[in-house]
Amino acid sequence: MGKLNTSSSELDFDRPNIEDYLPSGSIQEPHGKLRLRDLLDISPTLTEAAGAIVDDSFTRCFKSNPPEPWNWNIYLFPLWCLGVVVRYGLLFPLRVIVLTIGWIIFLSCYFPVHFLLKGHDKLRKRLERGLVELICSFFVASWTGVVKYHGPRPCMRPKQVFVANHTSMIDFIVLEQMTAFAVIMQKHPGALFLESLGCIWFNRSESKDREIVAKKLREHVHGADNNPLLIFPEGTCVNNHYTVMFKKGAFELGCTVCPIAIKYNKIFVDAFWNSRKQSFTTHLLQLMTSWAVVCDVWYLEPQNLKPGETPIEFAERVRDIISVRAGLRKVPWDGYLKYSRPSPKHRERKQQSFAESILRRLEEK
Amino acid sequence: MGNTSSMLTQYDIEEVQEHCSNTFSQQEIVSLYQRFCQLDRNGCGFISAEEFMTVPEFAVNPLSQRLFRMLDGLNFKEFVAFLSAFSSRASLQQKVEFIFKVYDTDGNGKVTFNEMLDILRDLTEFSDLHLFLVIEVMQKENTPMSLKIENLHKRIA
Repeated sequence: MGKLNTSSSELDFDRPNIEDYLPSGSIQEPHGKLRLRDLLDISPTLTEAAGAIVDDSFTRCFKSNPPEPWNWNIYLFPLWCLGVVVRYGLLFPLRVIVLTIGWIIFLSCYFPVHFLLKGHDKLRKRLERGLVELICSFFVASWTGVVKYHGPRPCMRPKQVFVANHTSMIDFIVLEQMTAFAVIMQKHPGALFLESLGCIWFNRSESKDREIVAKKLREHVHGADNNPLLIFPEGTCVNNHYTVMFKKGAFELGCTVCPIAIKYNKIFVDAFWNSRKQSFTTHLLQLMTSWAVVCDVWYLEPQNLKPGETPIEFAERVRDIISVRAGLRKVPWDGYLKYSRPSPKHRERKQQSFAESILRRLEEK
Repeated sequence: MGNTSSMLTQYDIEEVQEHCSNTFSQQEIVSLYQRFCQLDRNGCGFISAEEFMTVPEFAVNPLSQRLFRMLDGLNFKEFVAFLSAFSSRASLQQKVEFIFKVYDTDGNGKVTFNEMLDILRDLTEFSDLHLFLVIEVMQKENTPMSLKIENLHKRIA
């Protein structure tokens, strides 16, 4: 793991108060005259620190919880062995074949459409969209994805953006199967087909990048002909039990936000891609050798910025809606803290509140 | 202790339990070990300051820098001994000794007035003006210029 540097661009000062989320009763508000023992007694702060060392809500978001083994007795074990044979020997080759067929069809149709129909943009875009939806359906079939979609399907309207919680790269594929979204993602090689959908790239490590990307987002959303834009405001993969704070970028574009909630059923396989523990290929192979990937997708009611609401409050409100629908717990941390340290502003705020309480009590003579 | 293995033997657990004077049950030690392995990402047997800073709840705590000094380079046994003061089974004496260690940065067994001011500065980021106000309060209660541990016990209890 590389050296952590303090993130200054990502954490804004007017964030919701972290104290609201920390366990209450950890620091009681003392009253009365200020005495020496109140200054000397650092035990509440120490207890908080020790509590954080022993267990903290941020690391919990990225823990992959392995399922309980069920094959532990003499009747179930042979059954499980049979299952392994079927999964690796029968299902996996079948799925590889299906996927290969899918790629062949996709590639053989995509290139002709892309080059031959250069002049007829509208038709070309429609066909390309259909083809991307097709290859994503092939992908989903290759893991035997059982996806249940609830709610009205997204439609192509300008001035709307879709946001969803993020568990793995397959979120994008599961959603793309139904509607060809344009997506904004971390720059990485091998995703050139998404160019045709109008995808936007960003680079997490560059701070100046943010303004450029914000501008691109705004242009895309206001263009009538562009594919609906899908954003994962968490900015990182979370283990589908919690949601981390949403970045406000998607919520200050001046358009309707349509929340989408995704919840995976861990009954056969855990769809969380723990990028620290496994590469994407290993993850994909794990999915392809399991029985099925089961998930629910809810398309929720579009939301608009309420009068007097800041983008951050709006983001929190939408996060609330998504978390409630998918049964996820909210956590007050920025997902990017995986890659950088918290800004000193949080510590300063704590120090300030303690200082204020001392001064207040000094005055109560 | 077997830094590379991720399993604790019964013998290991008992050794750790003895080291921390039985303030943790065996189940608690197993859980702490899982946590230790989770924090110790590069698996080198101790948690470095960088690895502690990846826990944002710890990093925003005003006393985290002080605790680093005490935590840096601890192996699992010492890690459990460090946390033993926070266990519900720890005696008041153990807790006060811990607080004393946090105050006593130069480790000479005495907490001077300056060390107390340092802690106050860590907790509040007070300017010098505010510190003078605090000195006024402390003088009213006749603070001796340095405290030994028995006195600290009396002051807090």
